[in-house]
Amino acid sequence: MRYSYYPGCTLKTMAKVYEDTTLSTAKALGLDLHEIKEWQCCGALYPLNTDEIFSFFSPVRALLQARGAGEDKLLTLCAGCYNVFKRTNRAVREDKELRRKINAFLEEDYMGEVDVVHYLEVLKNDLGFEILAERVKKRLTGRKFAPYYGCLLLKPRAEMDLDDVENPTIFENFLSALGAAAVEYPYKTECCGSYLSMANEEIASTAVGRILNSAYKNGAESFVVACPLCKYNLEEYQKELFAVGREANPKLPVYYFTEILAEALAL
Amino acid sequence: MRVTAEEINSTLVREVEEVSGQKVSACFQCGKCSGGCPVVLSMDVLPHQVLRYAQLGLVDKLLHCKTLWICASCQTCDSRCPQNVDIPKVIEALRLLVLRNKGGNYLHPHDLSAKVLKNAPQQGLVSAFRKYAK
Repeated sequence: MRYSYYPGCTLKTMAKVYEDTTLSTAKALGLDLHEIKEWQCCGALYPLNTDEIFSFFSPVRALLQARGAGEDKLLTLCAGCYNVFKRTNRAVREDKELRRKINAFLEEDYMGEVDVVHYLEVLKNDLGFEILAERVKKRLTGRKFAPYYGCLLLKPRAEMDLDDVENPTIFENFLSALGAAAVEYPYKTECCGSYLSMANEEIASTAVGRILNSAYKNGAESFVVACPLCKYNLEEYQKELFAVGREANPKLPVYYFTEILAEALAL
Repeated sequence: MRVTAEEINSTLVREVEEVSGQKVSACFQCGKCSGGCPVVLSMDVLPHQVLRYAQLGLVDKLLHCKTLWICASCQTCDSRCPQNVDIPKVIEALRLLVLRNKGGNYLHPHDLSAKVLKNAPQQGLVSAFRKYAK
């Protein structure tokens, strides 16, 4: 199974461990990832307005590269990139006028030939969680992870088409395949504040505090995420966990799901 | 408060509708958006109120509210709206009405704290500047 791989800027630096553990686990599982030769930042957020064409160029150019390399699937890791690519791809496929305008600027015409997938999706649909369970060398029995989905992986439902938005289960099924326990808590899809932590720290810390307290109260030992910004927010505002009256202050580490996958595969 | 026909038919509302691709009249004020918004407690104008102000043509009030800069674009409102009004797109259109004016930027590089500059992932920085500056 071959895929064109789009890392995105964060995966090469601040989230290097996410890339490294993805590449090592993919190799171990027989999944062939080929990094796109020339890529730029995808723009981090899907443009929400109807009159900005330039924001689409970077993701469409990357999709053209994947097509040029003979691949029909583009794989992303960062939830931000995944959201941008999947929504852009759908917009190009469905909006003839937008497609015409974008292609007027590019060297080749892109018609939506490539599919956009997330590594988690690939593990579920292309490999299968049952097969993954068979390949596990070190079962993570007794480990209690709180799956934290964030927003960009799932919303909007019709465009992302990955899982249910209110009660998704893909992380839970993934953890189950590794032998680990997934903690059930009501804030697994509540926004972490996203980019608010760049300029509006008070609001971000309130948003994160709710998630941390809920996971902790429900027995979580750590978090599992798929987004570098979620990881940053959950880690940075952990002092909220140390609410008034609480004496023991364990830290809740935040792992990319590929880190625990690598551990389960004994890599 | 008096609202005249002139305000309701304001060209600013038409501009918001064009840039967002949404019809503000589709909102019937059920409030599910505000009920699900994770940062609603910090807002001065709630999501469903943003739609109401737009319906009444009171766009100028919206251009000066805090809400535009507190929305995290999480799409929770959008995922719950029974009328399929894409509220993040409406709020984005209002933000752009502000940003596209000279000196309209909400965030400048010198606003970032030392901690953010040191530890924040690029994904966060790019997202913030995409939303808060032009």
